[in-house]
Amino acid sequence: MLLNILPQVLVDGLTLGFMYAVVALGYTMVYGILEFINFAHGEIFMVGAFVGTEVLLITDALGALEGMNPFVALFITLVIATAVTGALGVLIERVAYRPLRGAPRLVPLISAIGVSFLLQDLVRFTEALARNEFYLNTPTLFTTPISLGGIATIPAKGLVVIVIAIVMMVALTLFVNKTKWGIAMRAVAQDRSTASLMTINVDKVIMLTFLIGSGLGGATGVLFAQNYGTIDPYIGFILGLKAFTAAVLGGIGNLRGAMVGGVLLGLLESLSGAYMGPLTNGAFGAEYKDVFAFSILILVLLFKPEGLFGEAVKEKV
Amino acid sequence: MALLELHNIHTYYGGIHALKGLTISVEQGEVVTLIGSNGAGKSTTLKTICGQTRAREGKIIFDGKDITAQRTHDVALMGIAHVPEGRRIFPKLTVRENLEMGAFSVTDKKVIDEGVERAFAYFPRLKERINQKGGTMSGGEQQMLAIARGLMMKPKILMLDEPSMGLAPILVEQIFDIVTELNKEGMTILLVEQNANQALSVAHRGYVIQTGEIILKDDAQTLLANPQVREAYLA
Repeated sequence: MLLNILPQVLVDGLTLGFMYAVVALGYTMVYGILEFINFAHGEIFMVGAFVGTEVLLITDALGALEGMNPFVALFITLVIATAVTGALGVLIERVAYRPLRGAPRLVPLISAIGVSFLLQDLVRFTEALARNEFYLNTPTLFTTPISLGGIATIPAKGLVVIVIAIVMMVALTLFVNKTKWGIAMRAVAQDRSTASLMTINVDKVIMLTFLIGSGLGGATGVLFAQNYGTIDPYIGFILGLKAFTAAVLGGIGNLRGAMVGGVLLGLLESLSGAYMGPLTNGAFGAEYKDVFAFSILILVLLFKPEGLFGEAVKEKV
Repeated sequence: MALLELHNIHTYYGGIHALKGLTISVEQGEVVTLIGSNGAGKSTTLKTICGQTRAREGKIIFDGKDITAQRTHDVALMGIAHVPEGRRIFPKLTVRENLEMGAFSVTDKKVIDEGVERAFAYFPRLKERINQKGGTMSGGEQQMLAIARGLMMKPKILMLDEPSMGLAPILVEQIFDIVTELNKEGMTILLVEQNANQALSVAHRGYVIQTGEIILKDDAQTLLANPQVREAYLA
């Protein structure tokens, strides 16, 4: 009977994992260039969820959502949410991080935490003002379950999340490896001052990093809202921490590491949530899955601090 | 008018007065070398020219324009290629990607491909290594790549910071041959070196820098024969 639920558990884990992976990319890209953890990234994800939900709610209120192809609706929602959160990320960098670039490393970190609270309360305030509540239900676009050859049925929305996340990850990988600005991004991450000798405007590359990382985070917010149905201004906190854990697990600063780390963490979390209870005779139930996730973070930091794909930091001579 | 002029440059490095009223010039088509011992201010001079450290006093004129307060990438855009000390290859980019970054300001794909071909003509070794990561190459290969990368932007002046550092004598020879060859094709070069003998033998003129001040300037041949220079830097 434990095996009966396995396909469902795996699909849930992958759905969650791919979302962690895309959000983790945002942490790891910024870290790769600035060696700075953008703790407001989880909140950018949350803003994406709200922008996407608002787009769908407003479209629905106008009577345009019914009869619209769900893929078209999702595409429009993703584009708008990505654009808004991408711009938001660039704005935050300009206002809250760039002026602090020469400061001790703790200072921008505190600024990021400040931005986090600001975004949470801003969204809460705006929604409370506009809708009298800040818990929103997202119109669900995909409702049909898909049958997996009679073994299990999975909800279509999970599959949509996974496919779109993969598309975003492939697109980012191509961008970073094949385009001039993508290579410049890696060059800046490896040696900022030498990159500027090549006529590369480092500030522009950093802006671009925030634009892409935040846009991906915002798009994931839309996917999250589709998958779970209900959102609130605080969803970014725990998901952000998990995605950060995934980035550390894979090796912070490493794109492939963030992707693998995210999927791995999602799977582990889902499996532990489903099986920890039965395997320990109920001593540890599904409610311990977060403990499990963060235990992984601590173990990685203790025994392999450079992560699965990271390189051990060499002292610079 | 000279292509590059530094007038009375004062630069501070932390609390240290690193350059004390430096005045040098490089004419179009010249190879000029700046020699001096470790810590004399050679690298600081190049870094000040390209805006990586700021001159607190004085003026830098390039191609008739004041670039003293320009940002580094804008200085580079004007046609100053700085091949930094220690080569500073992007270790995780391939040879080809390193070269492409050198040509970041070039938008014409054809010009970039021509540049890559030209780099391979100068340094055939790089062609064999085209898909190898920069960080996995030997010091000599990295230096070749660093110079080739500098040339990719088609600069008006090439500034080389200690290209011979840490290289075997045969490679040093090769690097200086390339300097001469580039100059014959019209490239203006500002060469910073501790290896005074080699540097003066390929340069037209030289400056001797000591604790942030120019203590001697003359034709390269005259400096080579100068007993003071011979004793201090050619021993």
